[in-house]
Amino acid sequence: MADHFYELDEAAKTGSKKIAWNTSVGPAELLRGMGFLVYYPENHGAMLGATRMSTDLIPYTNALGYSPDICSYLTSDVGSYLQKKTPLTMVYNIESVPKPDVLVFNTNQCRDVQDWFSWYSRELNVPLVGIHTHRGIGEIRDYEIKDIANQIRDLVPKLEAVSGEKFDLDSFKEAVGLSRRTSELWRACLETAAAIPSPWTFFDATIHMGPAVVARGTREAVDYYEILLKELKDRMNNGVAAIDGEKHRLYWEGMPIWGKLRALSEQFAGLKTCIVASTYCNSWIFDQLDPDEPFESMAVAYTELFIVRDEPYKERYIRDCHERFKFDGIIFHDAKTCPNNSNNRYGMPERLSHKLGLPTLTINGDLCDLRCYSEEQAQTNIEAFIEQLEEK
Amino acid sequence: MSDDAESVFVGVDVGASRTKVAILNASKRLIGHSVRKSGTDFAHTAQVCLNSALEMTDISRNDIARCTSTGYGRKNVSFSDDTKTEIGCHAKGCYHYFPIAMTIIDIGGQDNKIIKLDERGRRLNFKMNRKCAAGTGAFLEEMSLRLDIPLENMDALATSSENMVELGSYCTVFSGTEVLEKIRQGKKVPDIVKGLFYSVIKRVLEMDSLTERVVMTGGVVAYNPYLVKMFKEITKREILVPEYPQLTGAMGAALFAME
Repeated sequence: MADHFYELDEAAKTGSKKIAWNTSVGPAELLRGMGFLVYYPENHGAMLGATRMSTDLIPYTNALGYSPDICSYLTSDVGSYLQKKTPLTMVYNIESVPKPDVLVFNTNQCRDVQDWFSWYSRELNVPLVGIHTHRGIGEIRDYEIKDIANQIRDLVPKLEAVSGEKFDLDSFKEAVGLSRRTSELWRACLETAAAIPSPWTFFDATIHMGPAVVARGTREAVDYYEILLKELKDRMNNGVAAIDGEKHRLYWEGMPIWGKLRALSEQFAGLKTCIVASTYCNSWIFDQLDPDEPFESMAVAYTELFIVRDEPYKERYIRDCHERFKFDGIIFHDAKTCPNNSNNRYGMPERLSHKLGLPTLTINGDLCDLRCYSEEQAQTNIEAFIEQLEEK
Repeated sequence: MSDDAESVFVGVDVGASRTKVAILNASKRLIGHSVRKSGTDFAHTAQVCLNSALEMTDISRNDIARCTSTGYGRKNVSFSDDTKTEIGCHAKGCYHYFPIAMTIIDIGGQDNKIIKLDERGRRLNFKMNRKCAAGTGAFLEEMSLRLDIPLENMDALATSSENMVELGSYCTVFSGTEVLEKIRQGKKVPDIVKGLFYSVIKRVLEMDSLTERVVMTGGVVAYNPYLVKMFKEITKREILVPEYPQLTGAMGAALFAME
């Protein structure tokens, strides 16, 4: 991760390579294949949340007319820019985030990413390009894939104009292949948590997913997950538990509460409870990628994401996870500023509880804005939820 | 030493607003209890509250076999042997009084809980209010300040209402503004207070569906029986209330201590 940021910092200072800012499930493979270094503002947002800098920075963005109710990645990140404060300084001694040459979004996550990048486009006078995804998708239709594949193709001349270099199909295919391999390895890592006891937890995975987000499409990401998978398999084969005396297994639905990862991880560990799977960490599995069909397979991979699907699909998805990971309950995180990735709001906990015969718990909080989180109330809810599991 | 003193069990519920202590004898009979404002020093308040409850009995501290604490300040009770959440303790306390499948509605000082139990008293699910005090005791406390009415007078005022004023706001602060608006319009105070009770009931009803028999507990229920009557009329359900609704959590904690 350090190398990722140092490389970007060097390029921003010297102009040695063009830098694309990309949304976290944007067209990374195309950008890599066209020679861009890729920077992810959402990753920066997560760092702002994890370092608990967000809560102080968000109000500066609110004052510009960006509501406290919209994505707190957006409001944290813009606040960080306005105040010239970044965790990159604290962690890597890097003065600021790398200035972009182009901003590239995919609305498969939400509309906020487009609004976020639009702000920077106006502020920095940098071109903005993107993909507009279909939403609420049940069965994926051919016309949707054709549309998205064409939108990705349409990016090529716009990106060529920025890079000044001709699109190279072989480089693109190579990036797609590396990204596919990264995804396969990342999935395999996550699947090890199906073991009882689990060799790692959701909280571990939220940290180790970093390269799957920021370095997919590179050899380094593949190398990272080959090492991680080996370690996890060793732990699994030797019965090494992430939580000593694992008694309960849970599923986490929704965004992490970045500023409370440690507190929550310690609370669950104290309760002998392992969060074994999550929709969130699974969201960077793109194993439909195929170097032989790079545009179409990217369209499939970035359209079949959980976040763009309809409610029946999402329910089936979690039911499938239940079969594999054998969890005893589900925790839904209702993130105040992330309605698109808070799946408790349309009755899903009640439906899944009924269908799976599992208890569910909804925690109110946020990914970054800790003003929306009552720690005492959340901790009591979690403790009571585990008490409830123990009564069974 | 009386028979009661042979083995007594103590439950301490340190809530956001009030601290409650219940002392049970080995026959699960309530032999001592006390309620105090929680204040800022939870450990001290719990101590004072225990001493006060002990004064109702002929036992001493040395006769306490075991103590369990619950509530937001459960970890601040120095003499407690164990802690349980208030959700678990309310469930335990209610099932002690009513050994049936039920929906518990607890309206506390700072939070509301809805807890569903099966016929064996096991929790099926629970919900607490979100990070907002609308519909809790804190809402009524805030309104009593706004209206300059002692909290203990609100039940009688609501009972005397002839034409309830309905309040539309969700938020405690906005409701306060709305109440001032109603006063300016010349609405009668009893009608406004009944509207406040109705507001509390609406907030509770939107938290979860009601299934099985309904049991209501908590300080708001203890001091405002008219609110329970309104709840009964609105939901068209029989509402069960334990003998000491404010002590339910402490009772449950004492029962856990006994286990």
